[in-house]
Amino acid sequence: MKYLTEYRDGPKARALAEAIRRETTRPWAIMEVCGGQTHSIIRNGIDQILPEEIELIHGPGCPVCVTPLETIDKALAIAALPNVTFCSFGDMLRVPGSSHDLFTAKSRGADVRIVYSPLDAVRIAEREPERQVVFFAIGFETTAPANAMAAKLAKARNLPNFSLLVSHVLVPPAIDAIMQSPDNRVQAFLAAGHVCSVMGYWQYPPLAERHHVPIVVTGFEPLDLLRGILRAVRQLERGEAKVENAYERVVTFEGSRPAQEVIAEVFTTTDRSWRGIGTIPQSGWRLSDEYAAFDAERRFPVGDIATCESTLCRSGEVLQGAIKPHECPAFGKECTPRTPLGATMVSSEGACAAYYNYGRHETVKLQV
Amino acid sequence: MCLAVPGRVESIYEEQGTRMAKVDFGGVVKEVCLAYLPDLKVGDYTIVHVGFAISRIDEASAQATLRTFEELGLLEEELEELRAADQVEPSSSDRLQQTASGST
Ligand code: SF4
Repeated sequence: MKYLTEYRDGPKARALAEAIRRETTRPWAIMEVCGGQTHSIIRNGIDQILPEEIELIHGPGCPVCVTPLETIDKALAIAALPNVTFCSFGDMLRVPGSSHDLFTAKSRGADVRIVYSPLDAVRIAEREPERQVVFFAIGFETTAPANAMAAKLAKARNLPNFSLLVSHVLVPPAIDAIMQSPDNRVQAFLAAGHVCSVMGYWQYPPLAERHHVPIVVTGFEPLDLLRGILRAVRQLERGEAKVENAYERVVTFEGSRPAQEVIAEVFTTTDRSWRGIGTIPQSGWRLSDEYAAFDAERRFPVGDIATCESTLCRSGEVLQGAIKPHECPAFGKECTPRTPLGATMVSSEGACAAYYNYGRHETVKLQV
Repeated sequence: MCLAVPGRVESIYEEQGTRMAKVDFGGVVKEVCLAYLPDLKVGDYTIVHVGFAISRIDEASAQATLRTFEELGLLEEELEELRAADQVEPSSSDRLQQTASGST
């Protein structure tokens, strides 16, 4: 496949790793923000071909993982209502709520449907006017243009039976929060390439400057990741803190103007609670006042929800890079992708699932 | 979640006033909304996420990136050759240093 295979070449990956080795003189901790990158790193063993001095810290960029428990519980409450068709991306179905997940709700008779695109949910609302169709609009900036367009079309087409349960999260405030944390170990960031394809990277220079931290916009294929790491290491070794783009074929400085315009119309910035991490100021989007009529939280009575998080799960520490997944005592024992205790074990982009699926639980087995 | 894959635009059409395309992902063809990339043409490559084209792939940049890999690859092969040669022929170590400092 063009634009994929040529970025997966083994010998070139080794040459890049060698270049990184040549330029590394000291230990460095680099965070890849995006869960998609974590998945690619573990799957391709990128962390294992790097010199020992380079530690990759896996960031919180997995929307499935950070969607607040309260929102999952609201989704479950709405899905259980009569006459409601609850539409969601597939990877949200196994995310544990306080008592069960959407998959269980579905097996108990709730009308939960997996959609590939938010437009599918809009189509269902058009086809089935007698049902209340609710779309679970989660995601980072990458997914926001699609989710915003669903709201825009529902408004334009006057669909009274369509609404969205919105839990959008944003990367730049998360980077800011990570750098402000007293326990922070991150010295450079690989910024998520697809988030930047939408938003550009004009938001990053003030962050790089304020925290004196290199930020390198990076793609997802092995060679892209290694190239991003090489650029980050080079800056670290020289004491620089610049914003660089190592994913030029997809990302521009401005990003997608049309997408940013629609997002600004449909969404407005809000404080957002991140599962396992806590509230980060101005780190999310909710529907703007103009679209308030399509807000599922207003349409359905889901006000008071008492949440109950697993006491074993340490996904908060995993998401903040404080521990690696296999260092969680429940990893591979009480907690597996089939019996997940935390959302990071559910999504293929969650760090716990990536470690489990690509055999990184061996280390744990050796220890016990 | 932010998984987004490159595909080639095969055909373009309208659906209820929205610009749509059939995009080929190495044999799998999917319906993609072009609302955010209205000037995408048949034959272009695009990055698609949850049914939306979010970015056009720039061929010139892609080629430039691949060339940087080629240079690295060449360097590495050359280094290996030289290392092998070095064991039998001491004089080549000068060349090795030249090569190593002369590129990247
Ligand atoms: S392994 Fe399971 S229990 Fe442990 S942090 Fe990850 S998701 Fe939570």
